[in-house]
Amino acid sequence: MLSVKDLAVSFKTRLGDVNAVRGISFDLAKGEILGIVGESGSGKSVTSYALMRILDAGGSITAGHATYSGLDLRRAAERDMRDIRGREISMIFQNPRAALNPIRKVGYQIEDVLRQHARATRYDAQTKAIEALKAVRINEPEARYNAYPFELSGGMCQRIVCAIALACDPRLLIADEPTTGLDITSQKAVMDLVRDLIRQRNMSSILITHDLALAAQYCNRIVVMKGGLIVEQGDPVQIFTRPEHSYTRKLVDATPRKGESIRSLLPPENRQAAPNHVIHDTVLLDVRNLVKTYQGKSGPVQAVKNISFQVRKGQSVGLVGESGCGKSTTSEILVRLMDATSGEILFDGQDIAQIPSQGFAKNRLRSEIQMVFQDATDSLNPRYTSRHTIAEPLKQLDKLRGQELAARVEELASLVGLPFSLLDRFPHQLSGGQKARVSIARAVALEPRFLILDEPTAALDVSIQAVVLNLLVDLRAKLGISYLFVSHDLHVVRLLCDHVIVMKDGQIVEQGPVSTVMNTPKADYTKSLLAAAPQPPTRRQSV
Amino acid sequence: MAALKYPRLRAVSLRVAQSVPVVIGVVIISFILTRALPGDPAVYFAGAAADEASIQEIRVSLGLDKPLIQQFFIYVGDLLHGDLGQSISSGQPVVKDLANRLPASLELTLTALILSCGIAIPLGVLAATRPGSWIDHMCRVLVTAGVSLPTFFTGIILIYMFYYLLGIAPPPIGRLDFIYLDPDRVTGFYLIDAALMPDWDTWRGAAKQLVLPAITLALFTLAPIARMTRAAMLTALSSDFIRTARAAGLSNRKILYGYAFRNALLPIITTLGMVFSFALGANVLVEKVFAWPGIGSYAVEALVVSDYAAVQGFVLAMALLFVALNLAIDLLYTVIDPRIGFAAK
Amino acid sequence: MTKISKVTTARSQGRFDHLAYVLRENPITMLAFVMFGLIILSAIFGPALVPYDPLETNAVKVLQPPSWDHWFGTDNVGRDVFSRVITATRLDLSISVAAVALSFVVGSVLGSIAGYWGGWLDSVLNRFFDTIMAFPLFVLAMGIVAALGNTIENIIYATAIINVPFYARLVRAEVNIRRDAGFVRAAKLVGNSNIRVLALHIFPNALPPMMVQVSLNLGWAILNAAGLSFIGLGVRPPTPEWGIMVAEGANFIVSGEWWMAVFPGLWLMIAVFTFNLLGDGLRDIVDPRKRT
Repeated sequence: MLSVKDLAVSFKTRLGDVNAVRGISFDLAKGEILGIVGESGSGKSVTSYALMRILDAGGSITAGHATYSGLDLRRAAERDMRDIRGREISMIFQNPRAALNPIRKVGYQIEDVLRQHARATRYDAQTKAIEALKAVRINEPEARYNAYPFELSGGMCQRIVCAIALACDPRLLIADEPTTGLDITSQKAVMDLVRDLIRQRNMSSILITHDLALAAQYCNRIVVMKGGLIVEQGDPVQIFTRPEHSYTRKLVDATPRKGESIRSLLPPENRQAAPNHVIHDTVLLDVRNLVKTYQGKSGPVQAVKNISFQVRKGQSVGLVGESGCGKSTTSEILVRLMDATSGEILFDGQDIAQIPSQGFAKNRLRSEIQMVFQDATDSLNPRYTSRHTIAEPLKQLDKLRGQELAARVEELASLVGLPFSLLDRFPHQLSGGQKARVSIARAVALEPRFLILDEPTAALDVSIQAVVLNLLVDLRAKLGISYLFVSHDLHVVRLLCDHVIVMKDGQIVEQGPVSTVMNTPKADYTKSLLAAAPQPPTRRQSV
Repeated sequence: MAALKYPRLRAVSLRVAQSVPVVIGVVIISFILTRALPGDPAVYFAGAAADEASIQEIRVSLGLDKPLIQQFFIYVGDLLHGDLGQSISSGQPVVKDLANRLPASLELTLTALILSCGIAIPLGVLAATRPGSWIDHMCRVLVTAGVSLPTFFTGIILIYMFYYLLGIAPPPIGRLDFIYLDPDRVTGFYLIDAALMPDWDTWRGAAKQLVLPAITLALFTLAPIARMTRAAMLTALSSDFIRTARAAGLSNRKILYGYAFRNALLPIITTLGMVFSFALGANVLVEKVFAWPGIGSYAVEALVVSDYAAVQGFVLAMALLFVALNLAIDLLYTVIDPRIGFAAK
Repeated sequence: MTKISKVTTARSQGRFDHLAYVLRENPITMLAFVMFGLIILSAIFGPALVPYDPLETNAVKVLQPPSWDHWFGTDNVGRDVFSRVITATRLDLSISVAAVALSFVVGSVLGSIAGYWGGWLDSVLNRFFDTIMAFPLFVLAMGIVAALGNTIENIIYATAIINVPFYARLVRAEVNIRRDAGFVRAAKLVGNSNIRVLALHIFPNALPPMMVQVSLNLGWAILNAAGLSFIGLGVRPPTPEWGIMVAEGANFIVSGEWWMAVFPGLWLMIAVFTFNLLGDGLRDIVDPRKRT
């Protein structure tokens, strides 16, 4: 149905031509779901934009062919392409709410597509639009027809986007990272819906993602891209159990899954023995009956509803939950950027909840509790060089100056594996992984005893994530820090943490040692979380 | 979605309520301006030719012998009765003078705004849809040059070119040449009144006089409107929802006007309010250059003869007019943008 | 939309390197800087270098068109227009720089406070700014100068007052955006008090967008001052100032003596135009993200 041969796409930019795709070939059969997997910059999204001919100005197909059911996609007239888009080939994107016109009712947006492709007239457009909504299993479709995007949740918006894409019964659906940014359970719901609809209508589909495990779960065949080229193609089991190309192997290794150790995330040549970290009996952090209520638009909102847990010295505790469960609020309170409404936080016996967050910057305990933020780019001052960023805590709280300061900064840089030449660069001149290292160096500069890591690898590519996670493991063995690792990725938590806490709606649903909770979960919610995480085929599953 | 009505209504009433402290603040500042004059305010308000008796009269009526707070309440009381004081030069109540001359200013400003929107908005849209083209460059040059133009200077240059050198424009002596009679006053807008009579000769005469001053003012307001239109369209066109619309195969026209332009309209309307504020100020200059008998030239003439009541009345009237206009624009915005009342974005 | 990842090679750049880079990359910025330099030079050295005394009248040489003797001609009392135009640069520039500097400082402080701490302080300040902005700006300037007296200082104060809300609003918005950013929270974690966070972390990052506003404002302040003197407020004859000169020249342009009004007006336009062009260039220089 779709045949791509030696396709090349390039962009004209101010700095010269950028070859985003450098000659790729693949085929798509009828009814097949193909996954295109790659890290950022691999050219996977650009490929799909090129096929649809919706590249940005400056981008064009420079070589090769792309044929869809006999039609040459590269040379077709714009009028013909417009006819195909939405009617034969449709596309859904990430960030569903932003993908919808914010000031137009969603029902009307579906109608626009129907009427554009002459699948409805003025008179029956509304009925057909509501049918399209029913097809994506939205509840109360008649009411939702009149809704605006800002009134709907993220998951509902994604369904609307699907409804728009499928309204005219296309033969091919391209899904460009449709689950990025969604919770695990929403992710599963969206992917299950898309797969069911595809099967129902006997459509073909291309799923573009950076998540190899996700692709393995939902696709018939996987294509791995790197640097604008295809490095390997195959079915999921083969890719995972017998990867042929070294890059594929690297990606497979880096994908966290059940039964593997943290070191196995790295390529084999980098796997030194994982150091052991010592867990003491003494309780370092004792949280008792923590409550946080704040004033929302329509009354008080309880973000954290009476939670209690402990972290021992040297222990790594995982805090797991979906968005809105209160884990971010809890981290902010524990690190003393926010005040709790009530409850105690005993750090080394002292109740730090009593110390107001406004004045905590000057407290002697400030250097003991630190945090690594989720988005490293956002957490670095764009006007500060890496050196300045790492030096700041040393200057402010340790009062280091001059030679001593410079020496300590370099010591920290080597501790986190940051080359000295990068110390004088600004954040926009660093890669994602390098920024993460700077952020970690800053956090451990004062040798805190307790470090909160708020989804520190969420924005990173899988292979970089592997490196950063291993760095964290090394650091904790060297410095004896206790971690609170906040994440939505259960597999990572399993690899890194000793103890895990599961939160939902501001409450702790279950907590205990990692192996117990992950292997024999008691709460229903924990079970559904574990079931929702994509399970790639393990090595033992080789046929 | 009946529940929509209530948050919207709430947002609207909130917005109206927000105007109240602003109006109070405007009145307070106007009051301060009337009392900030160095020396004895009564002398200023009575005029240079006044004798001791009339000065004393003014002193009593303004309540200058009373404490400041009481003076303020007298001032507010006067305001509520529509009393802005007496103009020395015309001998009339200031309110009457302003009411007489307001239509002239409004006719000029509205014509100029319509003219500049008619050019600037399409220009901005074209520049945004064809980035890097000659239209885009022209738009950017126009915008940068436009905000550099001193209004009084452009007016003078236009008179020089079109009246003195080319002889196609009428002399800059106001709204109507001597040979025509003023049309019967219905709205005060000569173009409308003349059309209503109907007296097409007078209509043409009034239109001829209006051209140069309107162009001068329009040139001034062109730049910010074009700039905002271009910027808003560029932002809208690079939004994710436009990508969805293109991927769904919607026609270019639908995407441009139905999707992008409607979204861009929101910041454009907000800009129009700001532009109107600038225009009301530039009005003063244009009216002086073209001898246009509006409230701007009224204020300037009053300044020259130190007719303080007239000047302060003018300032207060313009401020209140502007508050009302901004309120109207914000309410219009509320109607167009369905998100108002919910998450502010 | 589509992301193209670029591999950026880093050169550790000093400040001057970066300045030179910006100027090279954007010829318009270069032009603006050159023009700006010329304007500054004529403001500083102009009055000492002009061929004629700007105030010296000469009953014989009244209303002469431009010639080799008098490049811009003479006005109705025989003064050399060129000397007056160049001398006026210093006055117009000082007025606008003083006014903008004043409103920048006051507006930044108020805006930072409103944007960072929010709450009732924010509401009160907002009402205050709304009230000032409720007056059409030129009108308010007229009112203030009329009330306080017809002096140059009052022109500066009036222009500064009506400008404060613009800066305050701008700073407030920029501070608000960054208030909950990661690096701000991180700054608190490393021991910075609220004031230090605001002054050393948030405000320097808010500067680049403000730079455009500052230079646009300088241009606008010059226009404002000229406009006020055009209608008779502020600067008084025989002081040379672009606005008055256009006003005086306006009387003669309808009879064909165009040089009295055109040259000062042209100079005014060029100065304002320069400042407008400067804005984008200044922002590029101040923003470290533009460094390659």
